[in-house]
Amino acid sequence: MNHLPLIIKREYMAKVKNKSFILMTFLTPFIIIGLSLFIGYLSSINNDTVRSIYVLDDTGFVSETFKTTDYTIYNHLSEVDLETAKILSNQENAYGLLHIPKMPIETVSDFIKFYSEESPSLSFISSLESKIETKLSELKLQSEGVDLALIDASKMDVDINQESYEGVKTSKVGSLMKLGFGSIAGYLLFIFIIVYGNMIMRSVIEEKTSRIIEVIISSVKPIQLMLGKIIGTSLAGITQFTIWIVLGGVIALAASAIFGVELSQTPQQELVNQTLQNPESVDKFQLMINEFHMLPLGNLVIAFILFFICGYLLYSSLYAAIGAAVDNETDTQQFMLPVILPLILAIYVGVFTVIEDPHGTISTVFSFIPFTSPVVMLMRIPFGVPLWQQLVSLVILISTFMFTVWFAAKIYRVGILMYGKKPTYKELYKWLKY
Amino acid sequence: MNILLETKEVSKYFGDFQALDAVSIQVPKHSIFGLLGPNGAGKTTLIRIINQITMPDTGSVLLDGEALQPHHVQYIGYLPEERGLYKSMKVGEQALYLAQLKGLSYSEAKKRLKYWFDKLEIGHWWDKKVEELSKGMAQKIQFVVTVLHQPKLLIFDEPFSGFDPINANLIKDEILQLRDEGATVIFSTHRMESVEELCDHIALIHESKKILDGKLNDIKRSYKTNSFEVGLLSENKDTLQQTIESKFKTSPADFKSLHDDLKLNISLGSEGTSNDLLGFLTSQAQVLHFKELIPNASDIFIQTIQNNKS
Repeated sequence: MNHLPLIIKREYMAKVKNKSFILMTFLTPFIIIGLSLFIGYLSSINNDTVRSIYVLDDTGFVSETFKTTDYTIYNHLSEVDLETAKILSNQENAYGLLHIPKMPIETVSDFIKFYSEESPSLSFISSLESKIETKLSELKLQSEGVDLALIDASKMDVDINQESYEGVKTSKVGSLMKLGFGSIAGYLLFIFIIVYGNMIMRSVIEEKTSRIIEVIISSVKPIQLMLGKIIGTSLAGITQFTIWIVLGGVIALAASAIFGVELSQTPQQELVNQTLQNPESVDKFQLMINEFHMLPLGNLVIAFILFFICGYLLYSSLYAAIGAAVDNETDTQQFMLPVILPLILAIYVGVFTVIEDPHGTISTVFSFIPFTSPVVMLMRIPFGVPLWQQLVSLVILISTFMFTVWFAAKIYRVGILMYGKKPTYKELYKWLKY
Repeated sequence: MNILLETKEVSKYFGDFQALDAVSIQVPKHSIFGLLGPNGAGKTTLIRIINQITMPDTGSVLLDGEALQPHHVQYIGYLPEERGLYKSMKVGEQALYLAQLKGLSYSEAKKRLKYWFDKLEIGHWWDKKVEELSKGMAQKIQFVVTVLHQPKLLIFDEPFSGFDPINANLIKDEILQLRDEGATVIFSTHRMESVEELCDHIALIHESKKILDGKLNDIKRSYKTNSFEVGLLSENKDTLQQTIESKFKTSPADFKSLHDDLKLNISLGSEGTSNDLLGFLTSQAQVLHFKELIPNASDIFIQTIQNNKS
């Protein structure tokens, strides 16, 4: 008798009817968007503070480089000595006082000082430094008799145009886009495994603690129950994810309409905006659209679905086995580490190696190792991976998946009827032979 | 004899530990079969093998003459000792789910559930969550779910643990009624009073081995010692006792009576009948009490296990 659909239905309904699941499904987008609004608000407050700076320039030719902006007001002092200036800036509650003593250009740099009540922010000091540096080197060049206009005119802007041997044009923007696709796919899988893997594990533990498990497996095979659980929970997960994306999109749109804040300002979008604002690079924008069309989209979608499903099943069967082996959630710790570790390794390899060199030895090797391949391969595919590599990796992944399901089913079959003791790895090994 | 379930030389190892050692039992149709034994003897393992939860290492199990197959689970109703329900699921939904897993259709399951819920007067629990029910209430639901698909073979592992006396009686009556309607019941317990009341046949398992089985009455007969409990009224009790002790093996007895009579257990050994004894006693004194000593299940249980130890 095939009870799989019945079990899947129950597991699915049990998840989606759960109050905390419903709450999380509808609250999470609000929380995330609320948080990003809050952070955006905080940083805008930060930018709004107007700093007033007193400048005492005894040389008389540096101060012109400090021009008052919206956020920084420069008060230029003259005809006063340093002590008076200090007292004045302190009285006026200024952010600080910049003092440039009267000295030759060659030596003055070591004697410039900034006086303030509290220690000034690092970024502010470096912006002051760079302004003074530019001014001083200009002054120095002028004193050597160099024409500044000539230097300005000689500045060149280089943007290397990339083209493959087959004559296909690419660009840095394209690489960024590929990276974006790969990272989103990889991270999505990572999050999905952690969140819903844990959910499967908890639901197995729940069956053990509520003692219903023996009633169930007198009617169905443990492996059917396990698969039903994995599939049912995954479907609930997909439902939740879809709601998040739809709801998140709607709220983001509404929020940006109301607050006028660009919420999802990813680096790619910024680039797009910059490119659009610059009329000279309409060509580039066109190139980018071409680039998007040239991404191996079909391959990407199919590979995403296959690697996502297989990778997810691989890990979730392990989670189910862990759930079966223990009595309560606190006992799961010792078994969690070996499951989490390869996942973290995969993300690490993906972020640090695939970006640098998508076809290098490390990236290639890790895209074949089954426990890291789903994440790493998904990150590599936008850069173009030969089909044979994808297929070999998938075959390795599927065979490992079948092995882990067999392994997990063995542990599951024995574990679900074991109560009251915390098993060791040695005991788990013994269970395989029962 | 018509056999519903038969295990043949079933053995099972868990690692180095032998849980069952060549256990063979025969469960006759329409009987209540008591599977007895101390804790850890192997009862639950045997039951799990019958339910195909675990597989035997060697030996075979026959249901109605056929080797056990996956589809046989729908002919078996099993109430495990470790039993429970999904806490956050509603009673009705849950009962429907479990019934469907046993192969009933949705509508059939619903019809039968209605019958049982009405019979046990628990209809108003249908939309309650299990976590709102008491333990005894949850056990009633479990009982209903176990018997709902009208299995030929019912297996109850310690069914009365957790029940209050009223509900225990209710369930006991239901079990007897199910037997009368044609079901066969395997009943595993170490509580001997309920064995005495319910079981027709028993098998005793001790340290992985079956050490005794058969009809409860036959077993009792084979354990009887041809001993009698008597109460005699006499003016001179001491002389009477000496006279009897010179002829028979005796020991003091203890039972309630209205008189100050001489209470003795008299063992006849292999010779003599009750009539011979009675004839002798009536010639000596007035007989107020005369009863054959029949070993109860508990005595047999303890005695057999002790014999096996030595």
